[in-house]
Parts: sequence; structure tokens; C-alpha cells
Amino acid sequence: METLFGITGKDFVIAAYDTKAVASITMMKIGEDKSRNLNDHSVMLYSGEPGDGVHFAEYIERNVKLNGIRHGLEMSPKAVASFARRELADSLRSRKPYSVNLLIAGYDVKKDTPALYWMDHLASSAEVPFAAHGYGAYYCLSMMDRYHRPDITEEEGIKLLKMCINELRTRMILNMPDFVAKVVTKEGIRVVQL
Amino acid sequence: MAGSYDRALTIFSPDGHLFQVDYALEAVRKGSCVVGVRGKDVVVLGVEKKSVLKLQDDRTVKKICMLDDHVCLAFAGLSADARVLVNKARIECQSHRLTVEDAVSIEYITRHIAGVQQKYTQSGGVRPFGISTLIMGFDSDKVPKLYQTDPSGVYSAWKANAIGRSSKTVREFLEKNYKEDMTRDETVKLAIKSLLEVVQTGAKNIEIALMGEDAKIQRLELSEVEKVVAEIEAENEKEKEKAKPSQQQ
Repeated sequence: METLFGITGKDFVIAAYDTKAVASITMMKIGEDKSRNLNDHSVMLYSGEPGDGVHFAEYIERNVKLNGIRHGLEMSPKAVASFARRELADSLRSRKPYSVNLLIAGYDVKKDTPALYWMDHLASSAEVPFAAHGYGAYYCLSMMDRYHRPDITEEEGIKLLKMCINELRTRMILNMPDFVAKVVTKEGIRVVQL
Repeated sequence: MAGSYDRALTIFSPDGHLFQVDYALEAVRKGSCVVGVRGKDVVVLGVEKKSVLKLQDDRTVKKICMLDDHVCLAFAGLSADARVLVNKARIECQSHRLTVEDAVSIEYITRHIAGVQQKYTQSGGVRPFGISTLIMGFDSDKVPKLYQTDPSGVYSAWKANAIGRSSKTVREFLEKNYKEDMTRDETVKLAIKSLLEVVQTGAKNIEIALMGEDAKIQRLELSEVEKVVAEIEAENEKEKEKAKPSQQQ
């Protein structure tokens, strides 16, 4: 079904999502944006219950922005992830919890390091060097484990993602259309078509 | 004696005044001066910064607040009241973006702030905000906007205006010297010049924030303000020189 990928490198993070919008067994649309830029150096990717993801991500986006304006400081990826985790955890214990899986990719400008957070719909969060959500994770985590290095360059990272996508296209029974990657560096967030 | 009319806020006096609101305006008149000037494609806010005490950190005294990427607010009056109002406005800015996926228009956020201020003149157990505000910003139409709100909840749009201490003097100065379609430098200069009418201590007690067509808030460094102040002083000297011979005639 839906697949999200994330890879950290030396001075960047790449986060990629498939652009499918699905309802049950039907593909409704290609070209769906499953990401929201939370601030200049953090991006959130979401999958799961359609609607929940958009709603939750935009809610987090607005609150991160509010926090930035209030304090005149950008929230670090770690702060963003902690905040999102708390909101998701509170929602989990409400009458109707959000059912979303998240990847939060960011660049900590102050510490000068990239950061990637993996979070599932039960609000368990972990900082990881690479990550995947969805059925794609079963095929690709092993490949990432084999080929990922902490000092990987951006080109190598993109190449690794393309390998992962290729693997999905050969092994998975589902149709895998285009992927879109967001690259976060010190300079900000860029979109790369895969 | 005003008797009991000025005790409960929500009660009119027989001559139609709400005393608490009048008193709030008095607090505004005691506050440090704020000017706002609109140019062709720029809008400027200038405030009189109180000199901080020797051991105080002046970064913690903020009189020009960013409400959203494209909106800026400066106030005259009680800073503590302003903090509460600014917080409400900032939340509204983001809430508006969340619900309609658009940034607030300057008029909208002004109306919201004025609405909050009005509510505090008509509810029990509260007192009005002791602040007037000047709000500057750009809408999507790329026209500079400048609005003012009062403790009573009145709001209005301006080409140039002043609030706070000696605002009348400054407003009269602006009325005399305002020109249509000023450039960035002219607008900044007029703002500083009008502030100098009431700020004796010069550049170090003036804080300037401006917004160009890109709708990004820009704060002027002390050195930049000093440069403009020096320019104005030089001009004034020249004026005096010119005036002298004519006096002798």
C-alpha cells in the first residue's frame, strides 16, 4: 500500500513518499502530496487513514509555526518530533485517535546535524539513520541496512532510494507509481522527483 | 466626584462615558510613542525605546511584535496587556491559516484584535486593555497597509499615524510632511524624523521595523538608524543656516 522512506546522510536527510491516493483497493489519484513542510528545516511525511494524515500534519505545521513566531526561534527537528509524538499520544487516548504513521526529517541548524524520526500510529518514536513505513518496509529495510553508511552522499542516497523503489516494482504485486523525495539540508528543503 | 460610575466597568456614566475605557486611553497616552508610515511599496513602524537600565538586557524589551510572516504590530501602553493581546492575535493568525489555508488579511487581524479589545469593555470582571496598537503588513494585493486599534475596540486605516506619548505633536508633524508614494528611504526617514520630534536622546532610543513588497519583516540595525538620524540633523543645520540671513534682513 502506501510507502514512506527516509535516509540520513552526512549533511542531509532524504524523505520520500509514493504519490498514490488509495481508497480500499482502488487507486484514486497519482500526484498526491503526502508531506508538509513544518518549518524551513523540518518536513513531515504521513501515511495511514486518508484525511487523518493531512489534518494531523497541518495541525502540527501550524503549531510549529506559532511556536516559531512566539519565540523568534525555529524548533529543532527533535523538538518537532517530541511535540508531534505528544500530540499523537494524547490523540491515541481520545475517543477517536488519529491513525497516521509519520516520518519527520529535519536538519538541526544549531547542532549542524541531520535528523530523522520514525513514528507509528501508536506514537512510538525513534531517531533512526534510515526508516520506512508500510509494506515497502519489509522489502527495503534490509537493503538500506546493507547499503547505508553514515557518511553517504546525496547522490548515493538518491541511488539507494531508487534501488528500493526498483525492488518494490519487481517484488510487490501492487502498482508502484512515481515517488517524490524531499531533501533537507542546511540550506532548506528541496523537492526531487524520483 | 465620579461617584460609583467609574467602579463597574460596564456601566455608563450619565453623560455617556465609559470611564474605564477613558482611563485605558490615558494609559496609552502615558506609553512610549509609536509611529507608522505607509510609502509606495513599503510600510514602516517606529517606536520610542525606553532606555534600559545599566544592568538590564535590552533584548528582552520588545515593542514591535511579529504576528505572522506578513503582519507586524507595535503598541503604546501597558506592555503586559500587549503580551496577552499579541498572543491571542498570533493564535488567530495560525488558526486562520489552518481553517482556510490562507494567511490573514491585515484588515481581518486588525478587526479581530479590535474585537477582542471591545469584548473587554463589555464583559463582567475584566478591565480593558491599556494599549493602542499600530498594525502594518501586506496582503496578497501587494499594497502596504497600516491600521490602528484603540482600547475601546475602534479600528481605522491610516496613511501615517502616531500613538502614545505626544502622539498629537507627531501626528501634526506627519500631517505636515506626508507625501504620497514615498520610496523606502523617504518613508523610513519620515518615520524617524517624526519620532525625533519627541525622542530627545536620538538614534539609540529608536527602533525601526519595515516591510517591503516581499512582505518580510526587516528590523533596522542601530547603525542604520544612526545614519538616518545624522542625515536629518545635517539637514536641520542647513535649514538653520538658510534661516539666519533672512532673520537679519
